[in-house]
Amino acid sequence: MQPFTTLTAIAVPMHEANIDTNQLCPTRFNKVPRGPKYREILFYDSRFRPDGTQTEFMLNASPYDQSGVIVADRNFGCGSSRETAVYALYEFGIRCVIAPSFGDIFAANCAKNGLLALTLPEEECAAIRRQLQDKPGAKVSVDLAAQTVTDVAGKVHKFEIHEVRKRCLLEGLDDIARTQQYAERIAGFEKGYYKDRPWLGAAARQS
Amino acid sequence: MTARTMFEKIWNSHVVAEEEGEILLYVDRALIHEGSSHAFVALAKNNHKVARPQQVFAFTDHYVPTTGREKGIPGIAVAEIRDMVSNLQDNAARHGINIFGFDDPRQGILHIVPPEQGITQPGLLIAGADSHTSTHGAFGAIAFGMGASDMTHVMATQATWQRKPKTLRITANGQLGFGVSPKDIILAVIAKIGAAGGVGHAIEYAGSTFAAMSMEGRMTVCNMSIEAGARCGMIAPDETTFSYMQGRPFAPKKGAEWDAAMARWKALPSDAGATFDREVSLDAAEIEPMVTWGVNPEMAGAVGSNVPDPKNAPDERRRSDWTMALDYMGLTAGMALTDIKVDRVFIGSCTNSRIEDIRAAAEVARHGRAVIPAWVVPGSKTVKAQAEKEGLDRILLEAGFEWRDPGCSMCTAINGDQLQPGERSASTSNRNFRNRQGPGGRTHLVSPAMAAAAALKGHFTDVRDLIK
Repeated sequence: MQPFTTLTAIAVPMHEANIDTNQLCPTRFNKVPRGPKYREILFYDSRFRPDGTQTEFMLNASPYDQSGVIVADRNFGCGSSRETAVYALYEFGIRCVIAPSFGDIFAANCAKNGLLALTLPEEECAAIRRQLQDKPGAKVSVDLAAQTVTDVAGKVHKFEIHEVRKRCLLEGLDDIARTQQYAERIAGFEKGYYKDRPWLGAAARQS
Repeated sequence: MTARTMFEKIWNSHVVAEEEGEILLYVDRALIHEGSSHAFVALAKNNHKVARPQQVFAFTDHYVPTTGREKGIPGIAVAEIRDMVSNLQDNAARHGINIFGFDDPRQGILHIVPPEQGITQPGLLIAGADSHTSTHGAFGAIAFGMGASDMTHVMATQATWQRKPKTLRITANGQLGFGVSPKDIILAVIAKIGAAGGVGHAIEYAGSTFAAMSMEGRMTVCNMSIEAGARCGMIAPDETTFSYMQGRPFAPKKGAEWDAAMARWKALPSDAGATFDREVSLDAAEIEPMVTWGVNPEMAGAVGSNVPDPKNAPDERRRSDWTMALDYMGLTAGMALTDIKVDRVFIGSCTNSRIEDIRAAAEVARHGRAVIPAWVVPGSKTVKAQAEKEGLDRILLEAGFEWRDPGCSMCTAINGDQLQPGERSASTSNRNFRNRQGPGGRTHLVSPAMAAAAALKGHFTDVRDLIK
């Protein structure tokens, strides 16, 4: 996984609440193998008409076709657990989404793919979106180690993030390797667990 | 000892390790489907084996066609869709995973089949490669959805790193009114707390209303916990749960096994005096049949109400969201929900495709004839066979409904079953997101009875007027 450390990039404001993962990656594209094709898939049904021509959607034109950050409203990434929503953001070049809240599964999926889903209070997100609205193409900066966002006006916003999630992102850690160090603990846990639950027996067996 | 919630009891019994507040939880069962292809690619890329293949269950549901099944997998017309189905079966065989394949007589949706087979049980921790895994909480289990990376992790280790969510108890007391279903109560809950109202929380549904529900109804409720943003939803196991479990293929066998299981299951419900981080309550008697009018499930109203006017929205954000929603949905502020004309009806999905849902639809279908295309897609071959045994298929067919084969079908619109641009559906599924049922499609979420009523009238109608 690509580590996330610092980022200074064009930020695109999205004012709508509850932007769901169906919008980020329409279902019919879920079967596409991971790769550069996902750049076009992001927000496909908003960006393209049925005949394939481009719409006026902001990500289609300069400066937002170069966006690295989305500043959104609450519950961004709600809905389906599809990780393809994150693949689409990533391939488009988005490395950070700032919002008052996220769909839980989406936020977890971001962390597993080197994308920072960071939470700021509703008013601060709204203030940054207004700045971006007034100055299209302006950049914001994110420093994960310092846990700060610097907005268009140079104001610094502190954000909270779980220590483990932060370390995994900073170092680009693969958590399966980390968990495999617990293999013996898991096997030990199973012994006690199944002793108390004989009907679950050696895993899932059918009568 | 301090009083504990059911969530805490189950959570604590699955803790393997902790690192700075991140908990490594043991996973009893992992549920996957054709869309888990990305997880298998990740496993192969890193040469990971599936740690406990017997605890992984694979379902062909998202991509399977709902007609022409007699032709088998080779009969699937679109190559990419056909490959999704056969790849899952190949991957399951390669890793020794339990598979409910295309031709299996138990085939069906991953949130319908595990309860039918007794794979879902009280007290378990169930991880699914689908957000509606929350369904299984109806048995008093912790069940949640996850993305491909987390599912890859589960398959490789049989464990998952999670942070403990907060707890939210939603209490409803009293009897649901005539013609009011579990779908209506969960739509009313989401309308009340919002599509983000449960973010970061595990919900427990408590009170006499849920206690009086069948397992099918409880599954409908827990299924849509994710539409309130919750990590999971659960209902305490009771005699209804225990009697449902009896004799299911994967359930404990009668005798010592059953007794041991019952001893554990009976200890699961939240202790009296257990405290929750948040509490919400509803009066069941006030709930009416619901219809969504917007583009997320919180945008819903009772069938007798009107499409709201954005001018009356409580804040600026909702004013703009409602305006956008009405524009997408092609609705006029203030119009009666019953004046909305419907182009087609979909009765199915992991929310509403169980036997009781089919019965509810058939009950309404007896009262007339469908005037628009109306599909009934049972959730599994088991449901289909039961419905046919009860003659429900005949009633539906005679009333002009289409009786199809099991799968996710037009809920997720990925197998070719979908709305045409601009088409409007009355759908018993769980998401009315833009383009969800096909690009340009307009979705209204309703109960099976309300969907069937819309089929007979061609517009939304209060089902209570039809069957009274």
